[in-house]
Amino acid sequence: MTEAALVLFWPAVVGYGEAALAYAGEAFRPGRTRRPAIWGVRIGWLAQTALLVAQAASADGFPWATWAGSLNLFVWMCVAAYLVWGCRSSFALLGLAVMPLALVLFVLAWAGGAGTVSPSELGSAFLVLHVGTVLAAFAGFTLAAGLAGLYLWQERRLKRREPGVLRFRVPSLVSLDRLTARTIGVALPLLSIGLAIGLARLVADGRAPDAVVVLGVVAWIVYGGYLAARVELGWRGRRTAWVALAGFALVLLLRLAVTPLVVHV
Amino acid sequence: MHVVLVGTSHRRAPVELRELVAFGAKRSGEIAMRLAAGGEAVALSTCNRTELYLAAEDPDDARERALAELVSLSGLSASELEPSLYVMVDEAAALHLFRVAAGLDSMIRGEGQILGQVRSAYEAAQEADAAGPTLHRLFRHALRTGKRVRTETSVAENPASIALAAVELVERVFGELDGTRILLLGAGKMGEQTAIGLMARGARDVIVANRSPERAARLAKRFSARPVGLDRLEEELVAADVVVASTSAAGYVLTPEQVGRALRGRQGRPIFFVDIAVPRDIDPEVNRLDGCYLYDVDDLDRVVERGSDDRAVETARAEAIVAEEGDAFRAWRLSRDVVPAIASLRALAETIRRDELARAEARLGNLSESERRAVESMTTRIVEKLLHLPTVRLKEAAAAANGTADGVLYADAVRHLFGLREDEG
Repeated sequence: MTEAALVLFWPAVVGYGEAALAYAGEAFRPGRTRRPAIWGVRIGWLAQTALLVAQAASADGFPWATWAGSLNLFVWMCVAAYLVWGCRSSFALLGLAVMPLALVLFVLAWAGGAGTVSPSELGSAFLVLHVGTVLAAFAGFTLAAGLAGLYLWQERRLKRREPGVLRFRVPSLVSLDRLTARTIGVALPLLSIGLAIGLARLVADGRAPDAVVVLGVVAWIVYGGYLAARVELGWRGRRTAWVALAGFALVLLLRLAVTPLVVHV
Repeated sequence: MHVVLVGTSHRRAPVELRELVAFGAKRSGEIAMRLAAGGEAVALSTCNRTELYLAAEDPDDARERALAELVSLSGLSASELEPSLYVMVDEAAALHLFRVAAGLDSMIRGEGQILGQVRSAYEAAQEADAAGPTLHRLFRHALRTGKRVRTETSVAENPASIALAAVELVERVFGELDGTRILLLGAGKMGEQTAIGLMARGARDVIVANRSPERAARLAKRFSARPVGLDRLEEELVAADVVVASTSAAGYVLTPEQVGRALRGRQGRPIFFVDIAVPRDIDPEVNRLDGCYLYDVDDLDRVVERGSDDRAVETARAEAIVAEEGDAFRAWRLSRDVVPAIASLRALAETIRRDELARAEARLGNLSESERRAVESMTTRIVEKLLHLPTVRLKEAAAAANGTADGVLYADAVRHLFGLREDEG
């Protein structure tokens, strides 16, 4: 399995790496490297899909029970979510936020042992539901953070009245703001389901919540607050973009710092 | 088959004449069908152009038919109309259409609406059964050119005037301008131009505020807008998305306090201010307010200036794409000269294959269904493989001959070598 995984790992790394570089090129010469960037994303994502399918086929149960394995799946979901928007030329710069991050996390997951398959410690149905929904939600929050970052960047340029403000093709502020809200609106229910399943399991086992659970609940409150502030207080634009980024900081903390250190099963 | 274009546009004719030859999308198919008359036709009409594309064996006859159609549409005589028309044939017509689809011939360079209008005209001709193989290929290339120019270049992102820069910036905040409300403050020339630009991109709801009620009413009539007095400014600010200021007032007409009060009722919606007045109408401090974007005439001028270099580069790239697609269409069109010879050659090969198969079948006795399919498939593949290279070479040679007699020479050689009759194909 490790050899087969290696065969699929490198095309994915090359694809994501090429996309990250091409998106960087897009920042200097708009329009020139858009196509190679999109193709890099597609090829990398297909290779990673094949990698996950190969792992699933040879695994003894759910193949992403480890932290590294779930990070691998998380990256795949992020890129899949990005592919939905990234193929539009006006969203090309979003790739500059998403693809370097995807590349780093993918390599990190691999270094952490995502290439090997370990037997599941828990029933696969629980893991599929809990981990699957939480990771899908996190992928949505990552995309929302990319959109919010793009909003803040473009908003700052418009506010500063930069002479080159029209140089890059970027979606309008209103579209970015609306899409960020919609993405969070889809991701938050997924996080709610994932947390509810996890908490139910915790209660059934009679265990106390660990740091992962606490941070997960805090992230839920932040994103819930984001939607409530939009609906109830009429918050829009810069303020809500910062809230989306604050929520994403929690997601990153949860995925990269806390989860590897805590035995969260 | 020749491609013929007869048309007029904002470059050749004033709006009074363009109005006379314009027709709605619903009539496009009907006109194309009438013009096709055994050949092919597509009729394109937008607010800035009316163009009739025909594909016919006799380009002079096609030109006459198109001219007669325009005469009939306009109610003018041919001699009155002709100075405002342009006629293009073959490659020139194709390149012109590709530039139109790319937005390079538009009033607002790179604008995206024209691509949809070209597509609609083509679809209307298809529905009316007026578009044949030549115009199918021509319009498919045109649509591809338009799409490529928009995705591979930033030609639309570099406006050439202050009014266009303002329109582009407004789009960077709101995106689609359908449903956005414009508040026109004052009646300056550049303010009017900006409002026209915004309306051309879809803004429909315009309010005119002016110190002089008569002037406000006159301007409002021009834009089908609602006139209001300056005393209702704050109230109107709550609902406006874009404020275009160009009054001749000596001091600020809009202060941060006024805008701040209006913002409370806006539910976080952004607002864009274009201040084209000198001296300025809007206090620059307004730009500091959350969700407010204020550009004065110097800011807009810097945006235009910064875009001028990029504009030249991007236009050159867009023109290169047009030329590339033009070459591809030209090669295809020239290769059509040898199509009858290729069709005859393939028909001959297929006849031989079938005859020989029938003869072999009689000798080999009864073949099972699967054996029969295997032999059928094998003989077809042999014929395909034998004819593939000559077909490609023949088309390449015709394209390289560039419309000279050499192209026909190759076709004649094939006819002679394989004993094909002149009338075959």
